[in-house]
Amino acid sequence: MDKVLKVRGLSKRYGKGCATCFDKTGPDFDSNICPDCGSVVAAHDVCFDLYAGEILGIMGESGSGKSTAVKCLYFDQEPTAGNATFYDQGQQFDLFSLNKAQQRRLSNQRFGMVYQNPHLGLNFDISAGGNIAERLLMSDVDNYAQIRQRATALLSRTEVLPERMDELPKNFSGGMQQRVQIAKALATQPPLLFLDEVTTGLDLSVQAAILDLILEIQQQLQTAMIVVTHDLGVIRLLADRTLVMKYGRVIEKGLTDQILEDPQHAYTQRLVASAL
Amino acid sequence: MKEKPVLQVRGYAKRFVLHEQGKVIPSSYDVNLDVYPGSLTALIGPTGAGKSTVLKGIYRTYLPSDGELLFTRENGETLDLAQADEHQVLELRRDEIGFVTQFLHFLPRQPSEDVVAQPLVQRGYRQQQARKLARDMLAAMNLPERLWGISPATFSGGEKQRVNLARGLIAKPRLLLLDEPTASLDPKTTDRVVGLIENLKHEGVAMLAIFHQPELVTRIADRVVELETPTLNETLLEEIA
Amino acid sequence: MSMQERFGFLDEYAKKEIRRSALKAVAIPGYQVPYSSREMPMGRGFGTGGLQLTLALIGRGETLKVIDQGSDDSVNAVNLRSFIEMTCPGIDTTTATEEADLIQSRHRIPEKPLREDQLLILQVPYPDALVVVEASEDKRKLLHGEGDYSRLLVKLYEDIVKFDEITISHRYPTRIDDHYVIDPSPIPRWDVPKLDNAKALVLLGAGREKKIYAVPPYTKATPLAFEDVPFRVEDFNDEQGQRRACARCGCTTSFLDEYVDSTTGETVYRCSDADWCEEQERTNTVAGRTLERAEEPSSHSDTAEAVNG
Repeated sequence: MDKVLKVRGLSKRYGKGCATCFDKTGPDFDSNICPDCGSVVAAHDVCFDLYAGEILGIMGESGSGKSTAVKCLYFDQEPTAGNATFYDQGQQFDLFSLNKAQQRRLSNQRFGMVYQNPHLGLNFDISAGGNIAERLLMSDVDNYAQIRQRATALLSRTEVLPERMDELPKNFSGGMQQRVQIAKALATQPPLLFLDEVTTGLDLSVQAAILDLILEIQQQLQTAMIVVTHDLGVIRLLADRTLVMKYGRVIEKGLTDQILEDPQHAYTQRLVASAL
Repeated sequence: MKEKPVLQVRGYAKRFVLHEQGKVIPSSYDVNLDVYPGSLTALIGPTGAGKSTVLKGIYRTYLPSDGELLFTRENGETLDLAQADEHQVLELRRDEIGFVTQFLHFLPRQPSEDVVAQPLVQRGYRQQQARKLARDMLAAMNLPERLWGISPATFSGGEKQRVNLARGLIAKPRLLLLDEPTASLDPKTTDRVVGLIENLKHEGVAMLAIFHQPELVTRIADRVVELETPTLNETLLEEIA
Repeated sequence: MSMQERFGFLDEYAKKEIRRSALKAVAIPGYQVPYSSREMPMGRGFGTGGLQLTLALIGRGETLKVIDQGSDDSVNAVNLRSFIEMTCPGIDTTTATEEADLIQSRHRIPEKPLREDQLLILQVPYPDALVVVEASEDKRKLLHGEGDYSRLLVKLYEDIVKFDEITISHRYPTRIDDHYVIDPSPIPRWDVPKLDNAKALVLLGAGREKKIYAVPPYTKATPLAFEDVPFRVEDFNDEQGQRRACARCGCTTSFLDEYVDSTTGETVYRCSDADWCEEQERTNTVAGRTLERAEEPSSHSDTAEAVNG
């Protein structure tokens, strides 16, 4: 299997910071706020590998830092420390040392991101089809008919009615907005897809359908994915491997079935036991 | 020449450390067994003797506490499953080691024929061909055809188990682990399953199984390993540490 | 220095800065160069950007033409021309495109192709083509820098979805030298092709927005479009599909303005470019006389009547 992503020592701290921030925060201290300087250690020393076709789950409760790690990888935030290497088409990219233009190019063409809040991932001023067209146009496709065809195909794949492709996203239900986001994220056939709490807040039946869709697409396209969620059910369904985070640290990692059936860390045991 | 076993288990033990309760629960202790290609090794013993735990330890659903699980791959290379990294295990699960548990995990909307076809698709078979083989397998399991295009979500326990088995047997892995595969099946279907297992033996599949019926053990097991309930009692966390 | 002694109204520092900005604009085709736009004795929105460029660049002995929507006679054109004449003693003015060294224009490019020794200055209200899709100037600068015009192109896409064609009529986004996309000012689509590989330098000045940009001579200027939905100019066809002609000079190859004749109440089409129209008329009249003289030998008396009638 080919490696797609290697992350080492990823840390993100908000605030002025001091020498003891990392030593006095974390699950052992039950907090991610530094007692000496008040900085928030949102994530510290996150390490993992991701291979082609794999789905990695990052699970944790609020404040665990799970979203932070992914935001740094997707360039929405700048990390405080650490490095990440992206392997693509025989090349290696040291993500945090790229300049902004290079980062934008990579995230436009080789990554996909689906946010919990569709307003972050979609442009609400243009139609659903237009949102997908925008992504394609960023990657130098300049034939109208081709764009139209590809947008239609993607929206059909994500089960959005083709008759609705020219409507504005604000007319869609939450579930459908997520589908449009997924279609948009897949437009450039990225080898790496980030999904940040994509089904949180949706009705259960809609959740099931979308998770189903994600897995089907993943089986077809062999996209490597990082799925951030607090929901054990989502982890069980989607992730091959899982990281469990608490107060910014990875406290356990392993195969998903092993984490769920034979959790080692006290916190993981508690989490698994409390799942409804 | 003596054939090399596909799996050699030496000194396998599994203990559960429950932090909340402050206890260590022993489950398996000093398990030793071999599984050879084209043959079935049965695990027997009273409830609580840790039989499922052995299977789960091999499949890595449980992290072994002690011991070696030496697996010989298709290419002849041997590795200790207890030490294998996550990617290796995922690869092995996809290509060489299968596990039929008592629970059926499936995608909410997949029809049962696709659930069964999935292991083949993962190995590179075309969807159409995989589905055809899946249907053959479901027919062999006596699952009524009208159920093939429906999701197993609404099936009875026995129906689910048949889908589960079909999926487990279809890919003919190098090593197949079976945890009470015939538990919810009627005698006729059980016979069918026995037949399928015999076929798998002929195809060289190595199997390690737990059966709830002793007669089945007599019928198809080539080797029998008996486990005892661990003599170690529950110990407090501090003592073990 | 009094205004009489100061050539071109602006002080030398101002002129120097404008010239430097113009040079930078020429060196980076299509890039919007910020400059310190001075307050002029007329309101913003009346061509102060174009005016500042003209004042900084025109010299004694040169000839100026000022037009507004193709007309030398409109109030704005007249005011601008008077002001420049007053503040730049020693320049000549003309209405003939051919005679001008420097042409300042609002919203039209002359029909007659310009020469290498001529300079065209366009008055611009909004210099940035991206302003319709992004409100933040910081973000627009990034988009320009990375050549990311996907949002503009999406706008074109949405037009085609709704109307089967791109409906932008003026200020058509145009890519210069395969990089920066400019707003070419409110010239009609008809005029955009004139920017492509032109012999003359075209400078664009936005006074209120404080930007100068340029389309250098012999530079590619490609209007944004799709491979399969190409750029097209206005057609001036009537309901029968016939190309309309100018009611005054009969030209069928110029950009036409639509008027309602105040006396008859009917819709009339006339060349937008006044100088062009006059030139056509002169040529037609001359040609008409030449033609008729050629026919003279066969029907002498009739022709004489026609000419004198």
